[in-house]
Amino acid sequence: MAERPAPRPLGSAGVSPASGQDARATGIRIEGLRKRYGSGDTAVDALKGVDMAVAPGEVVGLIGPSGSGKSTLLKCLGAIIEPSAGRMTLGTQTIYEDGWRIPDLRALRRDKIGFVFQAPYLIPFLDVTDNVALLPMLAGRPNAEARQRAHELLGALDVAHRAAAMPSQLSGGEQQRVAIARALINRPPVILADEPTAPLDSQRALAVIGILNRMAQQYQTAIIVVTHDEKIIPTFRRIYQIRDGRTHEEAGEGRALD
Amino acid sequence: MISLAGRDILHAWGKFVFTGVGLGLLIGVTLSMAGIYRGMVDDAEVLLDNSGADLWVVQKDTLGPYAESSSLYDDLYRGILTLPGVERAANVTYLTMQVGSGERERRAMVVGVVPGGPGEPGQPDTLVAGRHITRGHYEAVADLMTGFRVGERVRIRRNLYTVVGLTRRTVSSGGDPMVFVPLKDAQEAQFLKDNDAIVHQRRRTEANPALNRPGVPGVLEAVLASQSVNPAVNAVLVRLSPGADPDRVAADIRRWKRLQVYTRAEMQEILQAKLIATSARQIGMFLVILAVVSAAIVAFIIYTLTLGKIREIAVLKLIGTRNRTIAGMILQQALGLGLIGFVVGKTAATFWAPIFPKYVLLLPGDAARGFVIVMVICALASLLAIRAALRVDPAEAIGG
Ligand SMILES: Nc1ncnc2c1ncn2[C@@H]1O[C@H](COP(=O)(O)OP(=O)(O)OP(=O)(O)O)[C@@H](O)[C@H]1O
Ligand SMILES: [Mg+2]
Repeated sequence: MAERPAPRPLGSAGVSPASGQDARATGIRIEGLRKRYGSGDTAVDALKGVDMAVAPGEVVGLIGPSGSGKSTLLKCLGAIIEPSAGRMTLGTQTIYEDGWRIPDLRALRRDKIGFVFQAPYLIPFLDVTDNVALLPMLAGRPNAEARQRAHELLGALDVAHRAAAMPSQLSGGEQQRVAIARALINRPPVILADEPTAPLDSQRALAVIGILNRMAQQYQTAIIVVTHDEKIIPTFRRIYQIRDGRTHEEAGEGRALD
Repeated sequence: MISLAGRDILHAWGKFVFTGVGLGLLIGVTLSMAGIYRGMVDDAEVLLDNSGADLWVVQKDTLGPYAESSSLYDDLYRGILTLPGVERAANVTYLTMQVGSGERERRAMVVGVVPGGPGEPGQPDTLVAGRHITRGHYEAVADLMTGFRVGERVRIRRNLYTVVGLTRRTVSSGGDPMVFVPLKDAQEAQFLKDNDAIVHQRRRTEANPALNRPGVPGVLEAVLASQSVNPAVNAVLVRLSPGADPDRVAADIRRWKRLQVYTRAEMQEILQAKLIATSARQIGMFLVILAVVSAAIVAFIIYTLTLGKIREIAVLKLIGTRNRTIAGMILQQALGLGLIGFVVGKTAATFWAPIFPKYVLLLPGDAARGFVIVMVICALASLLAIRAALRVDPAEAIGG
């Protein structure tokens, strides 16, 4: 990553500091987040005070060498593991401040956070539509309504023509787009993407990032993309570089996507 | 709502049907085992029903005539007939032996009955073809299971009998079909020695000076004649007059004739406890083993299927699916497998029951109980898989 442009000073990028509005208006913000694995002599301080803020409609990159704490940060943001200290807010709601501030993390994940993984991990026994519509259906929404919403998203992601196919019948890029649709189905204010382009060739990788940008704009979602992928790093306007458990914010090239 | 379990089963139906059929055959065997036990109980029941008796009079200190051998003089019944409360009394003999027809031989229980037709204790109640035994010799009524036909000549020991009638569900407690013959013939068949034995016995009797005294003619002939008839029967079947108390009459016979008498309830107890009990325990052991094996199979299958979906389960948990939903999916799959298995098993058991050589009685109640047990076993068997699924860390979906 040596060839990336020199960091720009913070502040010029679109972090909106507003408070007193809803999550969509203020996005996600973390301050002084720490995570220590284990205790005593074998303790590992994976995060040593991370600050980060992502506004609605924004796609930021999260990069860093192996073992720097990217996955740890993503798991904290996704309320999968508990941080050790610091503060996380989603919109105006404090979800973590030296302890979880909301009782039902599962509901938080379901309603407020979308996940996109390196592999699409679609449910092999459900067709494309039901993979996307799964969450609202499990939550007891009428099937027809959930499928209708799934169709709209699949249309927006250009995979509507594969709506009746099984996941195994799709190409890698199509599967990843279906996974993105699944992450969007509950219109979450935040999407966390873990190496979403790793298995894709450069053209498809750029297409996926293009889609994420479009969706961010369209649904006013804050999107954080963890990546190693040199092909897509130049597309971010803002990048968080994580090194030795701390984040450093940099301006990205923000190269235009077609 | 969407049924994840149902969709998974539809998607991988081949796997489910295949294992379901395997499990089903096992369940079919289990149901058949229960049916064999029920058949044995029913065989004993119809044995008592068919005898048409209210009391069984047998040799003192025996459990006869079905569970032990018993021997009575064949004129005892006259005395019994005179007792109050006794409507009818008839001699009967039972002997399991080979009955031949042409080249074929069939194992059967040969029952010696007093000729006379229905109503006489010991006589089969209803016939499906032909008529009852009316002549005193060389006629037979056979159970359908023997495969004999009306008019056919069958061989018992050295004599030929004409089949004049057919019955059904007249079997011994061991499940052998019955062949009814006139009492006199049956007594002879029971007693009949081979020619060499008769010749030997004659020679020995003639050589005995006490029996062959010069100047006392006729003694030897009388002795020889008495040696060639068999005055014994196995039991006297007693029918009571309406309103008579079986226990009272039984007590009377015991007191006056110093014989063993069993009521219907006691006879049933003897058959159940002495003849069926061991087989029942044997079958019980089989049922337990089959249940354990079925449980192990279901547990193994469901566990393997679940392990194959660990990644998907991690994703489901990560995106906010409740544990209840995931556990429900696995439980429903186990129950679905059990359902397929039960349907296959019940069908198979029903289909192959008539092919069994002995009576297999499939009771709806047993099937219902079996269904509940299968479902409980499947539910228990899925616990292992559910535990594994609930332990899956949602973080696994994100990886390092
Ligand atoms: N469960 C854990 N227990 C103890 N230490 C852990 C655990 N998970 C991660 N770590 C440590 O925390 C640090 C950060 O790990 P993390 O997985 O966040 O790195 P990463 O940036 O995702 O690396 P990579 O690019 O290789 O995936 C590493 O030193 C790792 O060894
Ligand atoms: Mg990682």
